[in-house]
Amino acid sequence: MPAPLIEMRGITKRFGAVKANEAVDLSVAPGEILGLLGENGAGKTTLMNVLFGAYAPDAGEILIQGQPVRIASSADALAAGIGMVHQHFHLAPRLTVLENLLIGIPGRSGRIDRAGGLARLAEIGRQHGLTLDPNLPVSALSVGEQQRLEIVKALFRGARLLILDEPTAVLAPTEVDGLFSALRSMAAQGLGIIFISHKLNEVRALTHRCTVLRHGRVAGRVDDPANTTSAAMAQLMCGHEIVPPARGPSTPGAAVLTLDGISTSQHSGTALRDVSLAVRAGEILGIAGVSGNGQRALAEVISGVRLPDAGQMTIAGQKVSGYSPREVQALGLGRIPEDRMTTGLVTNLPLADSMVLPRIGTAAFSSRGLLKPDAIRAFAEAQIKAYDIRCPGPMTRAGALSGGNLQKALLARELAFDPKVLIVSQPTRGLDIGAARFIHEKFLDMRGKGCGIIVIGEDLEELLVLCDRIAVMYEGRIVGTLDSADATVARLGLMMTGAEGHS
Amino acid sequence: MSAVFEQIFQVGFLAAIIRIATPLAFATLGEMFSERAGVLNLGIEGIMLLSAMTGFTATSLSGSLWLGILVAVLTGMLMGALHALFTVALGLSQHVCGIGVTLFSSGLAYFLYRLIFGQQSVPPSIKGFETLPIPVLSSIPVLGPAVFNQFALVYMAILAIPLAAFVLYRTPWGLSVRMVGENPRAADSAGVSVIGTRFQAVILGGALMGLAGAFLSMAQFNAFTFGVVSGRGWVAIALVVFGRWDPWRSAGAALLFAFVDALQLRMQASGLGHIPYEAFLMLPFIFTIVAMAVMSRNAVAPSALLKPFRREER
Repeated sequence: MPAPLIEMRGITKRFGAVKANEAVDLSVAPGEILGLLGENGAGKTTLMNVLFGAYAPDAGEILIQGQPVRIASSADALAAGIGMVHQHFHLAPRLTVLENLLIGIPGRSGRIDRAGGLARLAEIGRQHGLTLDPNLPVSALSVGEQQRLEIVKALFRGARLLILDEPTAVLAPTEVDGLFSALRSMAAQGLGIIFISHKLNEVRALTHRCTVLRHGRVAGRVDDPANTTSAAMAQLMCGHEIVPPARGPSTPGAAVLTLDGISTSQHSGTALRDVSLAVRAGEILGIAGVSGNGQRALAEVISGVRLPDAGQMTIAGQKVSGYSPREVQALGLGRIPEDRMTTGLVTNLPLADSMVLPRIGTAAFSSRGLLKPDAIRAFAEAQIKAYDIRCPGPMTRAGALSGGNLQKALLARELAFDPKVLIVSQPTRGLDIGAARFIHEKFLDMRGKGCGIIVIGEDLEELLVLCDRIAVMYEGRIVGTLDSADATVARLGLMMTGAEGHS
Repeated sequence: MSAVFEQIFQVGFLAAIIRIATPLAFATLGEMFSERAGVLNLGIEGIMLLSAMTGFTATSLSGSLWLGILVAVLTGMLMGALHALFTVALGLSQHVCGIGVTLFSSGLAYFLYRLIFGQQSVPPSIKGFETLPIPVLSSIPVLGPAVFNQFALVYMAILAIPLAAFVLYRTPWGLSVRMVGENPRAADSAGVSVIGTRFQAVILGGALMGLAGAFLSMAQFNAFTFGVVSGRGWVAIALVVFGRWDPWRSAGAALLFAFVDALQLRMQASGLGHIPYEAFLMLPFIFTIVAMAVMSRNAVAPSALLKPFRREER
C-alpha cells in the first residue's frame, strides 16, 4: 500500500461538554476512495470540518504525505491540496460559472485571469468528463451541474484530496452514475477521495475502504466494502442489528383518495398532465420519479395548495371543490411536506405552536378567536412523549430540533387526528437509519389501521420496502403502476426515464 | 412659454447638471461598493456631512484645498471603518448601526464646527475650487464649456465611474466583493477573507462618500452649513437601487436625478407663475419615487445584503 496522502491521528474535538470526535484515526492513500460512514450526529461532518480548517481540533494531528501540518482555515486547507464539496453548495447563484471558479484566485497583472481560467476549465473537463459552460450564471445550472462545478472548483485549486459530503443526496440515479465515473477517473489519476454517505449500496459500489464512525469514535473499518453486506455495515454504524420493517399482507378497502384526470397549468415547475390514481384504505402507494417530474405539483394539488385546471379529486368519497388546505384537511387528509424547515413548520416559533398550526382554528385549540395555550401545550407535551421527540420541551424553538426529531413532530401532528389519507414527500430524506426506521414503522401502523398513504420519494429501495404499489411519474404523467412484488430497482429506473410500464 | 424654455435649456443648464450630479455620483458609487459587499450603509448622510465639515475646516485652517480633500476622504474612511466595525466585525443590525453612524457623525460635525468657528454672524467661507478648463476639449461647442470647464473633482467623478466598473468586474478584488455580497460562505471556503473584504469595501465606500461631502463644502458652496448635504445621502441610497447595484447604471441614475434637480432650479428661477417654489423642490424626489416604482421592480439586491457573516455558525 502506498504512503498515505493524508493521515489524521487521534483527532478529538469537543463542543462544550459534547465530544463530537474522540481519538479518530483516518488515512487516505493516493488513488484511494475512502468511505466515511456513520449516522447523523456520529461526527462525520465535524471530522471533515477539522480537516478543512473550519474547526481547530482539541487534540490530534494531521499529516500530509508524512509531514505534520496545521490547518487553521479553509485557505490553509486549499493550500495543502484539500478540496471539499459541501452538502449545501458554496456557490453564488448570480455570478457565472467562471466567476465562481476564479474567486480567491490571484489575477494576472491586477485583472481577473479569464483566459487562464477558461483553459484550465477545459483541461479539467477533458480529463474527467466534467464539462460546464463557463458563461452561464450558476442559477441556470441543474443541481447535478452545480455539484460538478464544486468538484471542478476543488480540482481547479489543485486539490489532491477531495472530500464529498453526502454528494448523492441531491442527485437523480442517472446523475449518480456520472458522478461515480468522474470520481473513479480522478482516483485512477492518483487523487485521494473521501466519500461521506449513509447510503450503503453506494458506498459498497464506489469505495475501496471504509471508516465507520459512531458517537464520535471509530466504530470499525471495512477493508473490502464490495464484498461486505449492507447489514454488517449498518450494524457497525448503529451498534446493533437493524431489521428492516416487515410489511405484512393487507387487505385494502375502499378508495380513500382518488384523482381523476387532474391537470395543472405550468405555473411553477412541471405541470401535471391527466393524472389519475387511487389510494385505498390500508394501502401504501409510492410515487417514484426523478425529482422535478411533477411530484411537487401532485403533492400541492392533493394538499389543497394548488388548484388544478381540469379533473376531479375525492377524499373519503367526498368530492373536493375548493382546494384549500382547510377543506382537504377537514375531509381527512394529513400531509407531511417535503421541506420540513420552510413549509413544514415555523422554525422561529416554539415547537408547540408549530405542532398545532394547521388546526389552530379548531375548537381543540382556540375558542372565540382566542388561543387556548394550556391545551396547545398539553397537546405538544403528549406528542413529545408518545413519539419520543428529543427536545428540552414544548416551548423549544422548532428550528433547534434535529431533522429526525422534526420529522417525528410533523408525523405526530398529523397522526394525532387519525387522517383517512396521509401524503408524505421524502419522508426520510436526511434522517439516519434509526429515525427512518421509526418513521417507517409508524407508516405501517397507520396502514394496519386502515389509513391510505401516499409516499412521494426518490429512494427506490425505500419505496420497495414500504409500498404495496408504486406509480412512476415522468414529465407530469403517471407512466405506469407496479405491484411492489413485481417491481425492481432496475425496472422502476427504466420507467423513470419515460419508458412505459405495465399497469 | 418659449422664453421660459430658452432660459432653461442653455449651456449653463448642462453644466449645472454635471455639477449637481458629481457629489451624487461619488456618494452612489460609495454606497454601491458597500452594498455589493453585503453592507447597507445608512451612515452615508452623516458621513457626507462630517466629511464636508472636516474638509472645509482643514482647508480653512491650512489654506490648502487638497489637504482639505485628503482630510475629508480620511474622515469618510474612518467613519466607514466604524460602521464596518459594528456591522461586519460585530455583526450588528446594519439598519440600526447606519442610522447611529449618521446621527453620531452629524452631531459631531455640528459640535466640532461650533467649537472651532464659534457662532459668527457671517459664516466663514473659503476660496473653493475653481474651474479647470481642459485645453482643446473645453472649446468643443456646447459640450466643451459644460463638461470640460469644471472643477477637478468633477473630472475625478467622471473617471471614477469606469474605474469603479473595472475594479468591480475585472479585478480579483472586485470579484471577491461581489462574492461576499452574494454568498459569503462560498468566498470563505475559497480562502477569501469575508470580514476583510467587507471592511475594505465599506471603507472604500466611505472614502467616496467623503469626496461627495467635500465637493459640497469646497467646490459647490465654499462654506459649511448645517444643511449642506440636505438628503443627498438618502437619495444616493435610492439611486443605488435604481441603478441595480451597477456602477454605470448608478452613475446614470445620478445624472438623471441631477437633470430633474437642475430643471426644477431653473423653473424656480424662471418664475413660472404663481406656483410656490416648494412645489418645484419636491420634483426630484417625486421623480425618484416614481422612477424607482417603475424601473426597479425587478431589481434584485445582492443576496447577502444585511446578513452578517459568522464562520462557526452551522
